[in-house]
Amino acid sequence: MLKNLTIGQHYPVESPIHSLDPRVKIIITIFFIVSLFLVDNFTTYLVVIVFLAAVIKMSKVPFKFVIRGLRPILMIILITFIINILMTPGKILLKVGFIKITEEGLRQAGFMAIRLTLLIMGTSLLTLTTSPIILTDGIESLLSPFKRFGLPAHELAMMMTIALRFIPTLLDETEKIMKAQKSRGADFESGNLVSRAKNLVPLLVPLFVSAFRRADELAMAMEARCYRGGENRTRMRQLKISKGDYVASVIFTIYFAAVIIIKIW
Amino acid sequence: MSIKAENIKYIYGEGTAFVTVALDDVNVEIHKGDFLGIIGHTGSGKSTFIQLLNGLEKPTQGKITVDGIVVGEDKKLLSKIRQTVGLVFQYPEYQLFEETVAKDVAFGPANLKLSEDEINERVRDSLEMMGFNYEKIKDVSPFDLSGGQKRRVAIAGVMAMKPSYLVLDEPTAGLDPAGRNELFAQINRLHEKSGVTIILVSHSMEDIARLVNRVIVMYKGKVHMEGTPKEIYSHPDELEKIGLGVPQIAEVVYELRKRGFNIRPDIITVKEAKEEILREVRKRRA
Repeated sequence: MLKNLTIGQHYPVESPIHSLDPRVKIIITIFFIVSLFLVDNFTTYLVVIVFLAAVIKMSKVPFKFVIRGLRPILMIILITFIINILMTPGKILLKVGFIKITEEGLRQAGFMAIRLTLLIMGTSLLTLTTSPIILTDGIESLLSPFKRFGLPAHELAMMMTIALRFIPTLLDETEKIMKAQKSRGADFESGNLVSRAKNLVPLLVPLFVSAFRRADELAMAMEARCYRGGENRTRMRQLKISKGDYVASVIFTIYFAAVIIIKIW
Repeated sequence: MSIKAENIKYIYGEGTAFVTVALDDVNVEIHKGDFLGIIGHTGSGKSTFIQLLNGLEKPTQGKITVDGIVVGEDKKLLSKIRQTVGLVFQYPEYQLFEETVAKDVAFGPANLKLSEDEINERVRDSLEMMGFNYEKIKDVSPFDLSGGQKRRVAIAGVMAMKPSYLVLDEPTAGLDPAGRNELFAQINRLHEKSGVTIILVSHSMEDIARLVNRVIVMYKGKVHMEGTPKEIYSHPDELEKIGLGVPQIAEVVYELRKRGFNIRPDIITVKEAKEEILREVRKRRA
């Protein structure tokens, strides 16, 4: 059951998008989100869609993988869609009992649904094309200017790296404990919500105990190798801005300018 | 009454890029009262095999029958099978979760929906069987115990379900020699006193040689050899080839025989070896 669960959806192929510097990718993604909120008509969405489609094509990630990222938030998109349809006042198109559907509502709902879809697709492209470890490196590097104000950038990044590293380990552990408790007659699959939650206790307690034990062991092992945080620490993988990053920045700036110009017009 | 595995095939990750055949055409029969050793290298399929025995995993092909019930055929009978075939995983101490030892051991029997008196009796019996003083241990938190004690509590937790077959996966992994000997002595007593069929999985030849009356050697998902320990250990070359050693004493005997010592080939304990070697030496002197 747990075997089908993939965390971090990195799709490892080589492409111009994959080889971009993670910092550039993160900043571009942030501004991409900003650009989505600048859009105020359907024609501008066309520009966004063309841009995003071109990037997906270049990334060599199969389109269905990008779409798959939408699945978990499908409910949210649907709920926003329905609420927008029902709650926006304006010219009434259809009225059934207390339910009113307005022209503005329909427009607004479609607008929001497209925005959310593009938002998720754009951001999932970041995680699809960047391995989690490189992504955390990028985040650490981007946050390091804030160290001056006491932000523990290195520690945050290290925490993220460790968390990612231990996801498969803990999944394995969960499966093992689950099997052990099943052998003692535990039932994880039937019953109502309350009894199901209660049945999870024999799984969660050992899992937490073992997570703490592993944390202890890891801390000890790191200390034994003289780890002491970010100060003066060098790294094996140096982040470097290359030609491709400049090209990507220029292309994105053109896109961003286009969105703004269309808006001002 | 027995466990029968017929033509078992088990494939991991079918339909993905990482297909592994963990078990291939395995036929095994485990009789009631047996003390069976399953031995094999990491990845030989032994751990997968024991998970099939109580229905945690389903074989890709073939079927397993436990006391006449086909495992996995009827979902409702799964809990019955899991009670009949008790499975103690590697490092079972990591499955403890209750506040007190007694409560933890009671988890299994409570899942069987037994009466409270019955549960209490079983908890007491199985803790005592694992060498604990019930009154002293029952209210202790399992997390305050030593590693070896935790493991015995965990095994008691499975014993409390009163299985007819008890499968132990590397029960002594990570224990010191004293703890190992103690645990093996307890398992042996269990087999002799309560007549439970025991299936001991290990990669240590020494452990298995002393205890079991039948050995199955697994190699690359197949049953490679099968027989009494004496039969198995008289083929040290064969075992060596698949990366398993023989007990040191069996190796000594084998090498002595090669050098012309006229002693029995099927010796597996130091005591036997001593007598045989002394006999031979005396004969030569005479």
